[in-house]
Amino acid sequence: MDPKDLLYTNSHEWIEPSGDVRAVGISEHAQQMLGDIVYVEMPEVGCVVSQGDELLTVESPKAAASVYAPVGGEVVAINENLDASPDMINKSACGEGWLVKLRPTDFESEKAGLLDYDSYKRKIDEE
Amino acid sequence: MNVRVLPIEQKSVAGRRGANIPVAVEEIRARGRAAIPAHLRRAEAPRLPEVSELEAVRHFTRLAQQNFSIDGQFYPLGSCTMKYNPRVNEQVASLPGFTELHPMQDDGDCQGTLRVMYRLQEELKKILGLEEVSLAPAAGAQGEYAGMAAIKAYFRARKDEKRRVVLCPDSAHGTNPASASLAGFEVKPIPSGPDGRVDVAALDKLLDDSVAALMLTNPNTCGVFERDIVEIARKAHAAGALLYYDGANLNAIVGRVRPGDMGFDVVHVNLHKTFSTPHGGGGPGSGAIGLSRRLAPFIPDSHVIRDEDGFFTMWTGDAPAPLGRLMAFHGNTGVLIRALAYILAQGGEGLRDVASYAVLNANYLLARLPAVYEAPFGRPCKHEALVTIRKQNKLNGIKAFDVAKRLLDLGFHAPTIYFPLLVHECLLIEPTETESRETLDQFVAAMEQIAREMSDDPEALQQAPHDLPTGRLDDAKAARELNVCCRWDSPAAGE
Repeated sequence: MDPKDLLYTNSHEWIEPSGDVRAVGISEHAQQMLGDIVYVEMPEVGCVVSQGDELLTVESPKAAASVYAPVGGEVVAINENLDASPDMINKSACGEGWLVKLRPTDFESEKAGLLDYDSYKRKIDEE
Repeated sequence: MNVRVLPIEQKSVAGRRGANIPVAVEEIRARGRAAIPAHLRRAEAPRLPEVSELEAVRHFTRLAQQNFSIDGQFYPLGSCTMKYNPRVNEQVASLPGFTELHPMQDDGDCQGTLRVMYRLQEELKKILGLEEVSLAPAAGAQGEYAGMAAIKAYFRARKDEKRRVVLCPDSAHGTNPASASLAGFEVKPIPSGPDGRVDVAALDKLLDDSVAALMLTNPNTCGVFERDIVEIARKAHAAGALLYYDGANLNAIVGRVRPGDMGFDVVHVNLHKTFSTPHGGGGPGSGAIGLSRRLAPFIPDSHVIRDEDGFFTMWTGDAPAPLGRLMAFHGNTGVLIRALAYILAQGGEGLRDVASYAVLNANYLLARLPAVYEAPFGRPCKHEALVTIRKQNKLNGIKAFDVAKRLLDLGFHAPTIYFPLLVHECLLIEPTETESRETLDQFVAAMEQIAREMSDDPEALQQAPHDLPTGRLDDAKAARELNVCCRWDSPAAGE
């Protein structure tokens, strides 16, 4: 996935802009901040989250970081490859290092809280 | 001193012994074998290193000498209060009257120890400004859990169980949300403002009738005093919530301000931090808790009471306390004796000086460190100095991690790094009051040298440490590959 096509949150998650079921991950910036990811604690497939709820946890030697749901929805898949290779997130945060697939419940009304690539980039440059 | 110590099995020589144990006659050996069922008996002798007693002593002494410890090095680990542990504490705690008691002896035989515990409870009540103290929790995290469980029990008793939320600042120690969660609460973060303090406007929005408690550390982990604390406490109480004080940073205010006066309802105190009992090796610690009047009925089981005749008893309640017992018998009494010895040796004025010098030392460091170590929340700080090298990191990728590793080369234990989480590439430096100006100057000199290396020799800095028995460890690999089983084939194997 091209990072420029994705939508972002202030807390450094991304979500695909369209589709019934959409991949969610953490941004390139977030993976750099965390350093080597060593473990991902995945949610149960089938669980339903609201926008901003804690979705899962990623751990690096530095910290365990909560990843929040960019929009509300049902978790329909988790990236099972990350169990054996959590470093995939470091190598390809916006590609093969995706975390879960969500089926959004009300994307249209929640998308106002999301940033496009340029706005997100401006935000992290200011930090 | 940094000679690499070979694994002890590599020093093994077949047949070498540390002690000559008499070999039992065959009849006794046979009886011994028969006492153990065949399927539990070893098929072959255990493959243990075979060394002399002297070699074993040298081996473990050398390993011990390679440790960093407060007795050997400056140890400015932020939020850990690695202060000197006065030897007189050890002397007092090793008196036979304390050490030769058995925990199942009657209270009548243990009056000395019980009196010490009672006195410590009383002193801590004065220091904390609270109604009741329990010495039962064995460590800070257990103290936090006990405090949160007391809050849970309080709301249950009031039949106000809709209060399920606990608010923690985003700068909180990780144990805070963990303890709240373990006690059955849902945790919500409170954002910090640009000055590193709780954003009171954001707090206002979060305070409603679902909130059971607010957990705060004051001064917080940014090294900043929450000066709106009285206002924050008023707002929390007005919303029906209670206030939890994480005593990890008590060293900054001990003897100066009392958490009870700031409005806190429950406090845990790490006796192994502020009150100088040894820590850092995995315990034993003590996370004594103080409770306000409204929480006092929810104290964990077992604290010491004194009757009209001056007789001390371990009180375990008429009915089991909501929390039950946290520790077997009297808890970590050795630690409690040391803490009381320290409090009495310092006295009230001495404790006030502890806070003053702890804060002075941290500010001295903050003022003297070169500019590359930027203070994100300005000056002054309380008892720990938070700095960040985020600008240098953007420039050429030097990390707080590199600084920490290089400090080991230069003879200092590293400060806390990457905590609090809200400041990138940060180092949290807590010198404590027990360090001299000369030691602080040596540390500043080391930090200046590292600052020069950031631009003069960044590659070498990124590979530090260079002068230790082991080089840089691959901590990502260590966390990913958890199988640390060692394999060893003894040279004596099969002989």
